[in-house]
Amino acid sequence: MTLARHLGAAVLAAVLIGILSVKLGQFREYQMAEVAAYVVAAAGLTVLIGLSGQISIGHGAFMAIGAYATALLVLHLGWPIELVFVASVVISAVAGGIFGIAAARLRGPYLAGATLLLAVALPTVANAYQGVFGGDQGEPVSVTTPGFLGTSFPLTRWQAWLGCAFALVTLVLLANLVHSRVGRSWRALRDDEVAASLAGLNVARLQILAFIVSSACAGLGGAILAMWALSASPGDFTLTLSIALLTAAVLGGLGSLLGAIWGSLVLVLVPSYLSNLASSHGLSSGASASVPIAAYGIVLIIVMLVFPAGIQGGIRRLLGPAAPAAAAPLSALRRRAPASTHQEEGTT
Amino acid sequence: MQEFVEFTLGGVSTGMIYAAIALSLVLIWRGTRILNYSQGGMAMFTAYIALIVINHTGNYWLGFAVALASGLVLGAVLERTVIRQVASKAPMNAVIVTIGLLIFLEGLAGIIYGGSFRSFPPAFSIGGLSLGSIALGITRNDLFTAAAVLAAAIVLGLVFRFTSVGLRMRATAFNSSVARLLGVRVGRVLTLGWALAGLLGALAGMLVTPTTFLYPNSMDAIFVLGFTAAVIGGLESPVGAVVGGLILGVVLSYVGGYLGSQLVDIFGLAALVVVLMVRPSGLFSTTATRQV
Repeated sequence: MTLARHLGAAVLAAVLIGILSVKLGQFREYQMAEVAAYVVAAAGLTVLIGLSGQISIGHGAFMAIGAYATALLVLHLGWPIELVFVASVVISAVAGGIFGIAAARLRGPYLAGATLLLAVALPTVANAYQGVFGGDQGEPVSVTTPGFLGTSFPLTRWQAWLGCAFALVTLVLLANLVHSRVGRSWRALRDDEVAASLAGLNVARLQILAFIVSSACAGLGGAILAMWALSASPGDFTLTLSIALLTAAVLGGLGSLLGAIWGSLVLVLVPSYLSNLASSHGLSSGASASVPIAAYGIVLIIVMLVFPAGIQGGIRRLLGPAAPAAAAPLSALRRRAPASTHQEEGTT
Repeated sequence: MQEFVEFTLGGVSTGMIYAAIALSLVLIWRGTRILNYSQGGMAMFTAYIALIVINHTGNYWLGFAVALASGLVLGAVLERTVIRQVASKAPMNAVIVTIGLLIFLEGLAGIIYGGSFRSFPPAFSIGGLSLGSIALGITRNDLFTAAAVLAAAIVLGLVFRFTSVGLRMRATAFNSSVARLLGVRVGRVLTLGWALAGLLGALAGMLVTPTTFLYPNSMDAIFVLGFTAAVIGGLESPVGAVVGGLILGVVLSYVGGYLGSQLVDIFGLAALVVVLMVRPSGLFSTTATRQV
């Protein structure tokens, strides 16, 4: 039943995307693939933070792994892009699993710091091993439209369709996972780890699984981004990207897959608008480029202080109590008991 | 052998900068149980203010004083306006809010000052010192860096140990509810903690920026290594923060010297993960670890 509903929604969305891509023209098509990349990565992050209760400020690093995997597989093995995407997902899932084993032992601020360091440190690897990763220049990704679509089929449309197709499949899979036994277990351990483990849940294994799922999503997002940008370079995967992803997840509403879509749309559409607005008001181009970055900060602070359920929380409230609470109630995050004895020490 | 001496002394000097960042994190962590991810951003911002003052007046020490003062004010203002709203909520919310502050300060610096790399004057000469005929691989400025952080740490330690304000801060860190019942104005103490942390961060920013150039993200890598130093020291202990900073500085200096400077950040990450896996409470922590 749930599966049918999600599949139906995905088919509807696919039709809508197909129509939109033809109607809206080349520039919007170009942006659609970018949105798809962010949606996939933000959806994975929102599951990790909002459902399993682990935070990551470094998911840009897993996007970088996916992007470089895509670039290197296309360059050296020449596989078809669909297969490359799947392989990139597997590679970043493995990386996420390895990091997740360490992460499962860390809580709150420690985990946030470790992932922050990951985001800062990983792009430097590309410079340390220039022979493999191409240094600052990065590696090119060559993408061509497949022959059966004809020679006049625009590349941007192929990129948009490919990106959105993978995004929709990911969202359907995630939506089912969230509503499954695993999703319920994640929510249980997010709300109270001790109670969850007393109820027989293997906390560490579930947390590692959440990290694997979300880094696989981030890897796919990075792969789509590389396919969209036609390259993978360290400059694309800065700390700012990681925080932008966090902003998308927080703005949409942590734990909500639909929220990840709203957040990603805002993330792609609003910054260019803000930059243009700033430069039309006389700011230099360098300064205008910083306006969206400052805006991410304001959004993160205000959403967390004023409406922590984000956009999707607002939509849910507008639709009234009759609407099913599909994803995590964020109030649980606020009510949650202190997660560590460190925490208790200050208040007891 | 000479290389080894150079790397060691250089490591001590950068280690003291990590120690300053770590100390500021410990100061806030003890008081509010919040890890201030915006510490690096605050330091970067005060360095920009200092650079403007220095360029206008030509007086380095005036810029230095203004940076420390603006760090003090910035810390207090952020605590009063933003942090206080989130302190009572789940730890995750505080993490996200301080990350928001970090990126906001970086964006704001980019808007006001532009994103270009600017050179930043050192306090003292950066010519290499030598002992007789042996080059030591450190500069007068490195000596000043180490001395300044050490002095700040000692002053802070004396304030905590021997003054009434210090006693109130320790009481609040130990148990804020009881401290409140005993008449400590806990709110003010927390603001003071953030202000002092802002000052320490500004000091670190002034000391490190001559070697990194100044740009909106210039403190990111320094901050994460300062965080690592604080975790090595256990997040609880000011002494641990300084020792953690020194250990990390020296080890990373060997890594950068013998294996290549591009591997420093990755080794920092490895060090953090290893410490968190082997001894999550740090080398100097006395509190029990989290139990499930």
